[in-house]
Amino acid sequence: MTAVQTATDTILEVSNLKTYIFTRAATVKAVDGISFNLKKGETLGIVGESGCGKTMTALSLLRLVPRPAGRIVEGEIVLNGEDILQKSEDEMRDVRGRQISMILQDPQTSLNPVFTIGNQLREALGIAHKENKSSMLSRAVDALRKVNVAAPERRLDDYPHQMSGGMKQRVVGAIAMSCEPGVIIADEPTTALDVTIQLQYLRLLKEIQAETGLAIIFITHDFGVVARMCDRVAVMYAGRIIEQGEVRDIFSRPAHPYTQALINSVPKLEQSVDRLYSIDGQPPLLSNLPEGCRFAPRCPYASDQCYEEYPSSYQLADGHHADCWALDADWQGTPIEEFVPPTGTAG
Amino acid sequence: MAVATTDALLEVRNLKKYFPVTKGLILMKTIGYVQAVDGISFSIKQGETVGLVGESGCGKTTTSKLLLRLENPTEGDILLEGRDINTFSGAELQDYRTTVQAVFQDPWSSLSPRMRVRDIVSEPLVVNRNVTTQEKNERVAEVLQQVGLHSQQATNYPHEFSGGQRQRIAVASALVSYPKLIVLDEPVSALDVSIRAQVMNLLKDLQEQYNVSYLLIAHNLATVRYMAHETAVMYLGQIVEYAETEELYNNALHPYTRALFSAALPSHPDLIREDIVLQGEVPSPINPPTGCRFHPRCPFAMPQCSEEVPVEKEVSPGHRVSCHLY
Repeated sequence: MTAVQTATDTILEVSNLKTYIFTRAATVKAVDGISFNLKKGETLGIVGESGCGKTMTALSLLRLVPRPAGRIVEGEIVLNGEDILQKSEDEMRDVRGRQISMILQDPQTSLNPVFTIGNQLREALGIAHKENKSSMLSRAVDALRKVNVAAPERRLDDYPHQMSGGMKQRVVGAIAMSCEPGVIIADEPTTALDVTIQLQYLRLLKEIQAETGLAIIFITHDFGVVARMCDRVAVMYAGRIIEQGEVRDIFSRPAHPYTQALINSVPKLEQSVDRLYSIDGQPPLLSNLPEGCRFAPRCPYASDQCYEEYPSSYQLADGHHADCWALDADWQGTPIEEFVPPTGTAG
Repeated sequence: MAVATTDALLEVRNLKKYFPVTKGLILMKTIGYVQAVDGISFSIKQGETVGLVGESGCGKTTTSKLLLRLENPTEGDILLEGRDINTFSGAELQDYRTTVQAVFQDPWSSLSPRMRVRDIVSEPLVVNRNVTTQEKNERVAEVLQQVGLHSQQATNYPHEFSGGQRQRIAVASALVSYPKLIVLDEPVSALDVSIRAQVMNLLKDLQEQYNVSYLLIAHNLATVRYMAHETAVMYLGQIVEYAETEELYNNALHPYTRALFSAALPSHPDLIREDIVLQGEVPSPINPPTGCRFHPRCPFAMPQCSEEVPVEKEVSPGHRVSCHLY
């Protein structure tokens, strides 16, 4: 389908998305005003620690926020030119799977243990294609072949427990791609896999992407996956995107102190480090966010202003911007200096 | 036997652990063995860290269980300061249990939710050493401070702490009895990225302070490079390559080691290197491939690889590799 009426080939545009979870005790601002866009064939990484709102962002994009507690309170999600937040639940059924789809972290739990692989594949395929049994069967075989499952005809009658973790995740991928969506959200798809299997899976996703022009949103906590897979990155902290840009810009010139700290706190495979930088403290509770910059209590550069007002976005390069008061024309992403953190050996 | 002349704290010699695979309920016929650990040898020096890397099912965890004497080996010896730990019983065994401690992956399941931090941390002392309550409380307060917690937090329960703090509690509990060796089984992989560095730095500091040795089991190669002095790469129950960490990371020889490095994720998009990409998955350890166990997946496999078991060679001092290529 090459119906590109709009000047750009942007497939997904999210602006000022806010997803809150309302509990009796407090309102949890899981996603608090994030904006990003995604082009055809592009891979966007969303990185952050647990509880920063990554998964809630993914669920919001599919409109699968757990109800009644969770609600998208504000914002726009424009997918293929239409705001999906305006759609009814019936209309959403046509969007999920066909336009946007998802691969979850653990294939063990995302496949149903009491149905065969073939059964689950045909269920997904049946959404897009209403055909007779034999042609559905050949479609299912094709879907498995696309994700490099060996001897797919025989595998169709297998139950999930008969397959290895890597194979199961391929089947999940096949199901997600069965209706040829334009966007796939991959939520930590390889954390449950072994390293050599992880590489096979990441390469497979890249191959499929090159073939079909699929846009991928890769949700992860691992900067290595981002470096390996993504074209652009959005770094999330406490419900907001604090920095986003091209992957090389982020790795070579991280601007936000949190991004710098995260990159510096990961041990490097390629060189030996004497001492890792470590960020003190923990991320704030999303139900009790500090005023001003959310990273300020852990930031070595925090000034009074940081505690009072949320920083405005500073543009460092085309498409690379970060939310930090310390950024100005002179100070653009100087890496955090190594210093010995005061943790541990107090006694 | 005389005390070993090396300065190794712990020495593992040709260690094997086979688990029987049985069939039938009453007669329990043994139809085969899972060769979980199949003839590994290495040693850990006082105050140093040995890293064990490999994919799941390669025998890392079985090795750690054997060291902790939670399993008995099928063959081979584990010598602590020259004495075979499998001959220990009674008081000697109790003493061994305080000398060797462990920190596990998931601090949500390794700490009892119904015990206070003080009781969790002091358990190794109470069980194995004769200490008064006052001594116990003082030691707990001291060790909690050393891992970066407040001594007042000793009366709290584990659920009141975050993941990083829980792992600190687990470390405190392992340290409280002044052990000589701590088995770290994936100590940081369940933690958040920004917390991992805190815990790794803490472990390094404590090693310096206590001169304790670590056996680090991890699948993340970068973590091992940061923590370990020597590294062993395991595949299907065997050590395929063993060297000082820097030597191994700069000069990996075994095709499997090189494949692992290729599969490890880069720290910068410009550093993607895919030297060897493995196809297929790890075969079953019940019926491992003949000859070199890696040959079905090895891109350099030669005819002799499927027939002859490669002999371990020392290619440079301390760098051992089991491969027909060298």
